[in-house]
Amino acid sequence: MRKYFVPLTIVVAAMFAYAPVMIANADYEVTMGLVQKIFYFHVPSWFAMFTAVFICGGASALFLFKRDPRFDRVAASAGEIAVLFGLIGLVTGPLWGRKAWGVWWQWDARLTMALLVELIFIGYLLVRNYGGPGSDKLAAAMAIFGTANVPFVYVSVNIWRTIHPKTTVVPTLKAGMFGAFWFSVAAFMLLLVLLMTLRLGLERQRALLDELYLAEDDHV
Amino acid sequence: MCKRLLISIAGVLVALVPAAAFQPPGGQSEFVPVSSLPPAEQLPAAPLLIAAYAFVWVAVLVFVWSVWRRLTKVEADMRALQQRVGRSEGGAPR
Repeated sequence: MRKYFVPLTIVVAAMFAYAPVMIANADYEVTMGLVQKIFYFHVPSWFAMFTAVFICGGASALFLFKRDPRFDRVAASAGEIAVLFGLIGLVTGPLWGRKAWGVWWQWDARLTMALLVELIFIGYLLVRNYGGPGSDKLAAAMAIFGTANVPFVYVSVNIWRTIHPKTTVVPTLKAGMFGAFWFSVAAFMLLLVLLMTLRLGLERQRALLDELYLAEDDHV
Repeated sequence: MCKRLLISIAGVLVALVPAAAFQPPGGQSEFVPVSSLPPAEQLPAAPLLIAAYAFVWVAVLVFVWSVWRRLTKVEADMRALQQRVGRSEGGAPR
């Protein structure tokens, strides 16, 4: 993966540099106008967040069953990246809502549940970093619990009465918006791969350092 | 006579009320300052859009910087450990 890192970085940087051009050329939405264009990086950031959450949850489950520390390292990396993308979603959403709804925040089902998932994964990172010995297993259980919430976040707009746009918006996108949206999704997904590679590199180095410390202790 | 007069006045009043109600509004006598417009018309969308896009870049760059900083620290620790091990092996009795 290391040899693809530099080309991937160039591709992702180019995509993020070109994305505003595609977004600017996309059609305006009839009622929201210009501010609706936040949609082109608000929704992809949640796509990336949910993907990272599923990676974290899946790797945590594998870690609990197989006790292989490699899965724990994948989970730790994905958990941190999930928090990053969740933060992007939680900041860009209110910037859109302020203009579209007239308020920064609304305690409706979708927004509240999305915040809850973000808080669960912030808790996951805190447990990992400050939980002491054995906290990796507790954190893994938290990650599985947090992952189980994601389907509810997704369908919440269809089940409860909320002011948030419904899940039918993306599948029914018109041709003038379709290209810019899926280009942004591809850019965010490649960014997720890039950040996972970077973050996993850190986890591998930390594991190597721990092995060196243990070897030194044995030597002494 | 008095009763007839009262009925006439009442009739005129009843006829005048709808006529007054359908009067066209008068001309604008003053300009309304922009601060008194509804919030939806006060907020320009462009700064919100730019802020949202800028936040994506800032958040990602801060994250990359944070990973780079942690990686640098781990590598420094590894170098220090290797030097310590090298010194202790060099000084150890054969």
